[in-house]
Amino acid sequence: MKRYIGMRLVYLLITLFVITTATFFLMKQLPGTPFDEEKLNRLPVEERQLLYASYGLDQPVYVQYVRYLANVVQGDFGTSFTYKNMPVKDIIANRIGPSALIGLQAVVLGLSIGLILGIIAAYRHNSAWDYFTMFIAVLGVSVPNFVLAALLQYYVGLKWGLLPVAFWDSYENSILPSVALSVGVVAIIARFARNEMLEVLQQDYITTAKAKGLTNMAVVMRHAVRNSLIPVVTILGPIVVNLLTGSLVIENIFGVPGIGSLFVDSIKMNDYSTIMGITIFYSAFYVFIMLIVDMLYSVIDPRIRLASGGE
Amino acid sequence: MNKLLEVRDLEVSFSTYVGEVKAVRGVSLELDKGETLAIVGESGSGKSVTSKSLMRLLPSPMARIKNGEILFEGRDVAKLSEKEMQDIRGAEISMIFQDPMTSLNPTMTVGKQIDEVILKHQKVSKAEAAKRSVELLALVGIPQPETRYKQYPHQMSGGMRQRVVIAMALACNPKILIADEPTTALDVTIQAQILDLMRDLQEKTGTAIILITHDLGVVANMASRVAVMYAGKIVEVGTVDEIFYQPKHPYTMGLLASMPKLHMQEEQLMAIPGTPPDLLDPPKGCGFASRCPYALEICLSYQPEHMRCSDTHQAACWLLDERAPKMDDTVGWRERSLT
Repeated sequence: MKRYIGMRLVYLLITLFVITTATFFLMKQLPGTPFDEEKLNRLPVEERQLLYASYGLDQPVYVQYVRYLANVVQGDFGTSFTYKNMPVKDIIANRIGPSALIGLQAVVLGLSIGLILGIIAAYRHNSAWDYFTMFIAVLGVSVPNFVLAALLQYYVGLKWGLLPVAFWDSYENSILPSVALSVGVVAIIARFARNEMLEVLQQDYITTAKAKGLTNMAVVMRHAVRNSLIPVVTILGPIVVNLLTGSLVIENIFGVPGIGSLFVDSIKMNDYSTIMGITIFYSAFYVFIMLIVDMLYSVIDPRIRLASGGE
Repeated sequence: MNKLLEVRDLEVSFSTYVGEVKAVRGVSLELDKGETLAIVGESGSGKSVTSKSLMRLLPSPMARIKNGEILFEGRDVAKLSEKEMQDIRGAEISMIFQDPMTSLNPTMTVGKQIDEVILKHQKVSKAEAAKRSVELLALVGIPQPETRYKQYPHQMSGGMRQRVVIAMALACNPKILIADEPTTALDVTIQAQILDLMRDLQEKTGTAIILITHDLGVVANMASRVAVMYAGKIVEVGTVDEIFYQPKHPYTMGLLASMPKLHMQEEQLMAIPGTPPDLLDPPKGCGFASRCPYALEICLSYQPEHMRCSDTHQAACWLLDERAPKMDDTVGWRERSLT
């Protein structure tokens, strides 16, 4: 198992390196500079050169790349161009909190509701409950979450005045964005869990379990759920990453000071170091979650434990 | 009233998109304590459906017991509540399935899977259940039962898994063990071991066995009585000797004739020509009439009743009626096999 994790960590580093490199060169293809073009044009040429030189932007792209890489290896992600002299690391650290909170709440909410809906739908296959769940699932996938966000803001926030409409002052502010984000997760998970459960309920070992005289509840909880969780875990990885790192639209609508909005701003402003910082952060997080997901497999499915040489 | 199990006129139907499939059409059978009854027949003859309906394990709501009684110790299983049924399953009647590779939960240790039955039906602590499970594993001939107890099904061979399934089925000393083609998925050498094991355990525990199979070799080995099923009906029932040496129903004769024999001269195997009738729209008369070399006119339009051949032997065939022309036992099939 240790060997396996070690290998995975090596792959993780290689992946990160490739992503960093690709993003760096693509980013340099963006038109413009991090500076205000109009003001820049008013500067004398020598001062402009000085400004470029102070950020190292006068060098050829590959030199900039090597320098950047060297800094990153030492843990220095540079300073932002837009927020004066703020290290990128600090900016991300400041913004990660809100994104992580609403993301985590959306995952927990979406996963638990989705699983419950899906499992009951499969268990009561072709019943009203099943059709209701599938209706929710289709709705959740096809209605964009910003439409739902606006509805939530209008009804829950404005009309009924139950929760704050937007901004980030207290915990209550996190509830509506989390709910808006979770609906998509509920839809995906419910559909997946239902289909998997239906498949598993057809298996011979479910008949065996019934033949033992177990109650339906015990058959479902002890024998069916765990076996149908395996594929659900697969899609969980990307979902978790998406949600925890923030949804651009939802953060914008609810005025959440998260990473999503920071990312969009940094691209608009050509804030090179912030773009790179967030990209590396996103990818590192993604690869890391995938590693966790793969390790989760072996917890759920004993057959995989052997395959990775754990026994 | 000392029969352990009495099935009367059992009818089971499946509703499908194209209509109602009458899988079991009026089956009656009896089972005494400690005996082994084999139910033989080809695929689709309704033998598995019959056995599953005894435990009410048919997929609902597609499958439905339409008619008939299943009297287990005088109680009608078909009318019990789900809760009462759960108390019978695994404790009074238990079941062994065809494919040991798929009939165990892959994500649960075999020990836990055996514990489960014991904990469900007996008031014992978890530790006691575990102890009993290890004993059961030893009983079914699994070496190092303590180690095996903690293993998952994928760490065992097919034969060993089938032993686990048997241990599970026998955990609560059931009165009836239904074995649905228990050896079909196993190697021939393992088959013999599993059959030996089942016979040994039956001697020790006195459990009655209903053995579902299409393998006449297994029947000869294991059973005391045989019921032959065809197209959802029992066409002949009798002791092993009666069925093997004095078959009365042309289908039984055909089955026996199609068994390859060691001293056989002909290179070709005998087969019963034709296919079983479509149970979506079962024939009015005898289900076998269209394939039967001896079929009479009446066979096509009227169902034959069971006729007594001896105290233990019955067959449902018009040829046994006293008005029917006498048939020469073997000629019909031999003629067929030569053409």
